[in-house]
Amino acid sequence: MTDVTTQPISGAKTVTPAATRRKTSRINGPAIVMGLYLLFLLLPIYWLLNMSLKTNAEILGGFSLWPRDLTFANYTKILTDPSWYMGYVNSMIYVVMNTVISITVALPAAYAFSRYTFLGDKHLFFWLLTNRMAPPAVFALPFFQLYSSVGLFDTHIAVALAHCLFNVPLAVWILEGFMRGVPKEIDETAYIDGYSFGRFFIRIFTPLIASGIGVAAFFCFMFSWVELLLSRTLTSVDAKPIAATMTRTVSASGMDWGVLAAAGVLTIVPGALVIYFVRNYIAKGFALGRV
Amino acid sequence: MAKITLDNLAHSYLPNPSSENDFALKELNHDWTDGEAYALLGSSGCGKSTLLNIISGLLHPSQGRILFDDKDVTHAPTAERNIAQVFQFPVVYDTMTVRDNLAFPLRNRGDDPKYIAQRVNQIAAMIGMEDRLNQKARGLTADAKQKISLGRGMVREDVNALLFDEPLTVIDPHMKWELRTQLKALHHEFGHTMIYVTHDQTEALTFADKVVVMYDGRVVQIGTPQELFERPAHTFVGYFIGSPGMNLFDATIDGSTASISGTQIDLGAGYTPQTGRTQVGVRPEFIKLSTDGTGIPARIQRIEDVGRHKIVRLDVNGQQIAAIADEGANIAADTNRIVFDPKGINVYADDWRVQPQQEAA
Amino acid sequence: MNKTVNQKAWFLVLPVLVLVAFSAVIPLMTVVNYSVQDTFGNNQFFWAGLEWFREMLDSERMWNALTRQLAFSAIILAIEIPLGIFVALNMPKKGFWASFCLVLMSLPLLIPWNVVGTIWQIFGRVDIGLLGYTLDKLGISYNYTQDFIAAWATLIVMDVWHWTSLVALLAYAGLQSIPDAYYQAAKIDQASRWKVFRYIELPKMAGVLMIAILLRFMDSFMIYTEPFVVTGGGPGNATTFLSIDLVKMAMGQFDLGPAAAFSIMYFLVILLISWVFYTVMTNLDKRDGV
Repeated sequence: MTDVTTQPISGAKTVTPAATRRKTSRINGPAIVMGLYLLFLLLPIYWLLNMSLKTNAEILGGFSLWPRDLTFANYTKILTDPSWYMGYVNSMIYVVMNTVISITVALPAAYAFSRYTFLGDKHLFFWLLTNRMAPPAVFALPFFQLYSSVGLFDTHIAVALAHCLFNVPLAVWILEGFMRGVPKEIDETAYIDGYSFGRFFIRIFTPLIASGIGVAAFFCFMFSWVELLLSRTLTSVDAKPIAATMTRTVSASGMDWGVLAAAGVLTIVPGALVIYFVRNYIAKGFALGRV
Repeated sequence: MAKITLDNLAHSYLPNPSSENDFALKELNHDWTDGEAYALLGSSGCGKSTLLNIISGLLHPSQGRILFDDKDVTHAPTAERNIAQVFQFPVVYDTMTVRDNLAFPLRNRGDDPKYIAQRVNQIAAMIGMEDRLNQKARGLTADAKQKISLGRGMVREDVNALLFDEPLTVIDPHMKWELRTQLKALHHEFGHTMIYVTHDQTEALTFADKVVVMYDGRVVQIGTPQELFERPAHTFVGYFIGSPGMNLFDATIDGSTASISGTQIDLGAGYTPQTGRTQVGVRPEFIKLSTDGTGIPARIQRIEDVGRHKIVRLDVNGQQIAAIADEGANIAADTNRIVFDPKGINVYADDWRVQPQQEAA
Repeated sequence: MNKTVNQKAWFLVLPVLVLVAFSAVIPLMTVVNYSVQDTFGNNQFFWAGLEWFREMLDSERMWNALTRQLAFSAIILAIEIPLGIFVALNMPKKGFWASFCLVLMSLPLLIPWNVVGTIWQIFGRVDIGLLGYTLDKLGISYNYTQDFIAAWATLIVMDVWHWTSLVALLAYAGLQSIPDAYYQAAKIDQASRWKVFRYIELPKMAGVLMIAILLRFMDSFMIYTEPFVVTGGGPGNATTFLSIDLVKMAMGQFDLGPAAAFSIMYFLVILLISWVFYTVMTNLDKRDGV
């Protein structure tokens, strides 16, 4: 009856590194794939960094894989000129405002969707999601007119509110996914213990879905930070985002490539910082919620 | 089906184990007979899962060999070992039908489709799922899914061993009984070598021919349920098996008598002198209550009626012990002594059972 | 989970409703309003009925933009989804290298879209960009502002560069949720690598992959900034996608009526396709939930 297809391994009595040997040969394939993929991702970014450290003369004068004549002049220009660096400040202000607003209004709504059935809940949920599908291009002109008419044009809050269009539905969706994972018994126990809804929500429930809030905030930050069409349409001077500032590097003497590259590198920094801080949440967060 | 030999086997999760305490599984030498059903019993962290993973090939032991029918498979990958395993929670291929699930291992080996069809029907009949063969596995209940995993394990006729890793954990209590009975019946029918990991003594005792009791990374006893009950080789076995567990009394042993808190007890057999901590172990079933002034002084604390019998909790010199009395027994209010049935007395030195002289001879 | 019926839950949803009504409903009403009126300037509007819709439906310009848009979305989905899955399968499961890959892979996702455009605009230039320079030196004629193929290729590679990581991260999350026992069972059943993927990994990833497809479809269908920066919709109209065309029409030419009618149809197409996705997705959810 026995049909053992195993080859007997020469009477190894003690530890053989067979397992470890097999492991190293197995790791190579994926490592090569990941290496190539990361190279593909990083090469264009490296090129931007490379250019930001060159003078315009060197950029246009010849081709080189790294800066021969290392200069920080491009960065100095951005960090000393208010019309440049205020762009970053403006962007940061409306991104943070948007993230706070989105999470604050999304939390109770997500709780309602995850815990209760009420009249029209499914339609409401789908309608909310449809706003995530609305092309910003469709809304650009109406937004412009709307915010101009209420006197909010060229303010940070206008951009923050406009970005709620796609961030609030997304936040509700992510948070609802996380909240569904929290057993309802926890709510019931808390109410039996005499907690009011508000106190329960802040003291008990919010800490439980902290990673969900982290993930939702990450996505809100991300989509608000990278968006240009609406933020450019709704601002002119006072709240002008860095992304819009960058579109005007063409001067009389032609393109200022060095400064453009340096500005680009600086827009990557906040994103990189955020990723670094949530690096342990990315994996966990992606796995726990639906997103 | 195969005989499984554990030769000098030990495992440590640390890279360079120095002392015995570093080993999650301490050195083992055993032959497990072809066609028997074994249960690996122990509390969590006792090393039973480590041992199972070594047998299934998920782990490679840091020392020693494992042989299937005298062939060394210590470093063979799982696929080559030709074993089947049922996991703690049901592992089924959700998108496949029940039929495809059962046929999967056979198809992977390129067996003849006619044979596969016939074999799948046979297995489906055995696990009672013939009428649901064309259903997708996705929507089934946990116990139906677990039956499929079980069926997938049985479908290959020539498996060396069937491994069960606490397979009834997620099953409803009333279904547990049914599945266990089914397993037992399947074992009788096919005679696979089966290894069943559990922390539930009822499961282990009802399922297995031989129970392997593990404690602290060590196999403390391998025996039939009766042996475990009557002659526990280690105080842990006495305590872990049986409800309530074995009573242990510190005692000094002198030939065939023991002295327990000043009272002389006849052990019914002679023992060689022992060093270390000596104890007398008596199961509650072998303790009789007495009123006539012989035996060890004891005081009744309370009586629990569990239906089939009564459990009498007593205080002996400050120590809690239990005795079992028949359901109909009238327990005298003036009970003040206990006596031991010599049949049920075991002597332990440093937690290990000491063989009496006649038995050893 | 069994949900309780509670109409008061509406109060919890109210803040969202108010906010979204302000930022979506009111602007959308403006659009609808424009779409049925005509103007000769001076803020004088009069009823035009469905005239603009009829005009847009007959407009070759819109159909061309729609065709280009559909082609673009289809191509990037066909590349990004399989590539994302492939990358996810090769990612380290845990430890330092896992976070290392996660951090680097997330990087393109947090770069402002116009900067993404700028990066590729520079990268592809024959005089100063690594990609353009290399291709030129290899003797391949490449100019994304002049050549139709080069423009499309650049935009597609850019989008793959930009968004494949999102698909990979979602797929990775799906893979992480598979218990080890499944892989062990597959080994015991002697399943091939392909079968492990087909019967274990793919079914477990199905949910997150639907989300990935939905997100990628929607976002690629609305793409504006990146191609605007790189090609500006050219050469000619070769890369004029729906959003670019719409902005040209509304903000450039101030053809409010046609632009509004265009907007509404644009939105409806996205809604329709997304609704199909959503229905399929919730059905999958339900089947999983049994």
